[in-house]
Amino acid sequence: MEAFLQQLINGLSLGSIYALIALGYTMVYGIIKLINFAHGDIYMVGAFVGYTAINTLHLSFFPALILSMVFCAILGVAIERIAYKPLRNATRVAALITAIGMSYLLQNGMIYLVGSETRAFPQVIKNKVYEFAGLQVSQTQIMIFATTIILMLALQLIVQKTKMGKAMRAVSTDADAARLMGINVDNVISFTFALGSSLAGAAGVLVGLYYNSIEPMMGYAPGLKAFIAAVLGGIGIIPGAMFGGFAIGIIETLVSGYGGSLIKDAVVYLILIIILIFKPSGLLGKNVKEKV
Amino acid sequence: MKQFNKKNFGWLIFIAAIYILIQVGTATGIINAFYEITLMTILINVILATGLNLIIGFSGQFSLGHAGFMAIGAYCTGVISIKYPTVLGLMGGLLLGIAIASLVALLVGIPTLRLKGDYLAIATLGVAEIIRIVILNMNDITNGAAGLSGIPFIANWQITFAFIVISLIVIMNYIKSSPGRATISIREDEIAAESMGINTTKYKIIAFVLGAASAAIAGGLHASYFSVIRPADFTFMKSVDILIIVVFGGLGSMTGSVVAAIVLGILNVYLQPFGQLRMIIYSVALVAIMVFRPSGLLGTKEFTISGLLDRKSKKKSMKEGEAE
Repeated sequence: MEAFLQQLINGLSLGSIYALIALGYTMVYGIIKLINFAHGDIYMVGAFVGYTAINTLHLSFFPALILSMVFCAILGVAIERIAYKPLRNATRVAALITAIGMSYLLQNGMIYLVGSETRAFPQVIKNKVYEFAGLQVSQTQIMIFATTIILMLALQLIVQKTKMGKAMRAVSTDADAARLMGINVDNVISFTFALGSSLAGAAGVLVGLYYNSIEPMMGYAPGLKAFIAAVLGGIGIIPGAMFGGFAIGIIETLVSGYGGSLIKDAVVYLILIIILIFKPSGLLGKNVKEKV
Repeated sequence: MKQFNKKNFGWLIFIAAIYILIQVGTATGIINAFYEITLMTILINVILATGLNLIIGFSGQFSLGHAGFMAIGAYCTGVISIKYPTVLGLMGGLLLGIAIASLVALLVGIPTLRLKGDYLAIATLGVAEIIRIVILNMNDITNGAAGLSGIPFIANWQITFAFIVISLIVIMNYIKSSPGRATISIREDEIAAESMGINTTKYKIIAFVLGAASAAIAGGLHASYFSVIRPADFTFMKSVDILIIVVFGGLGSMTGSVVAAIVLGILNVYLQPFGQLRMIIYSVALVAIMVFRPSGLLGTKEFTISGLLDRKSKKKSMKEGEAE
């Protein structure tokens, strides 16, 4: 039982990182129906910006986090404007291939800039471990969990209470109708990319802190798993991405905690395929009939 | 219909001419040992790209799992031909690879091909990763992460060339057949095709299985020629490499896939000194092609012998084709 609870705690911290990345996927998909393959790599860039900020600029944790979020937001908007905007009316396959190209570009660009070796992320938070009732919680884990919850609350606030959030919801429901109502759809889409990318940037810094190592290819696997998390919760639904992120994180740590560390990725992909077959709209999603 | 008409005869001469050209090249040493590796890479990529183009370009289903099926073929051939290091062993391994890859494609395709566009892409990606992880964990047979080495060197470019010819004949004839036209109609408009009474899932699965089988052949030849295979050779990156060839050549043009495989293969040799910059150039080119010319180099155009023989009638039939 104790071991189970311990795995649950570890799962929650991993899951909160997945949830942060999944939010970006789900918002972008909700608004332009594109799987932004480059999203996982924006998270990687975020980790490297955090690394540079702490190592070279000697910033402390929170300024580094914010710098990374701002940088990733700008990067996300730039990618959207340059690569995705011209393809808004193209086929979905064309858009998807472009997204894969962008992902490739970010990975290889980063390898070109900093090399492909793994780097140790500076430990700016004292790795104190609290113990109660036989369970161990590290300060990093608490930090990750708290940051994630704060960012999620902020996101909910933006989406539900602000004018821009209302516009985002309107565009994701019906972009054409929103345009007719005087909403600047392009700006709303850019704003969505900025929000999603900044969350990915935050996740990058947090994961650097948690796993203590970063490298240019690190975005690929968590990016995919975060996407799976978004699909699990129901793509396009913000609470769904949070739920899915935590669920995938917990499942993954439980599987590897009980001796399946070699097959943990396979289990996650299997969950994805099962979900896609039986309930493609996700656990929290509603079925939508296709119209001609 | 007469089998030995002018068109087929033209193709025969064309194929023989290319074969003799490569033969002369290797015999005179213009294609030396280093260039022969490039030649084999190109030939294997041709098989991979045409198979993937059948799935993406002709049936319009976006699969990102091609490397997984390639891995199945590579490991089947590797395991069998280590045990029986003869040409017969190679053929047996290839057949086993084709069988298993087709079976997996069928099992995976039936449920997932009902999914739309990007969901399918993710599902196939997941399948390829599962295949890779299964291979990684079957230590007794596949030797885990270290991979298989010392696979007997049996496949040469002649055998690979023969397989290209066979697979192209099968794929081109399939496309021109009635089920092939049904497959293309799914790409054009799935709902319209369905309302015309086409069993869309069936034709999608046929295209998917054919593509998977050709990937297995390519994987087997790869294993036999390069003699070392590791699970890390068959990641998502490999699928993207093949995708790049298909997109460069044009989704829906087999000629394009062949030409792109050759051009990119030769470019690779000249871009080798640039190292990482090469991958950056590729990714920028991929995005640029999608933004400025989404149909690829050749669009859906095909090179045909009958077109060479009689340009006028070709033009006429193309106009009619467009009118449809």
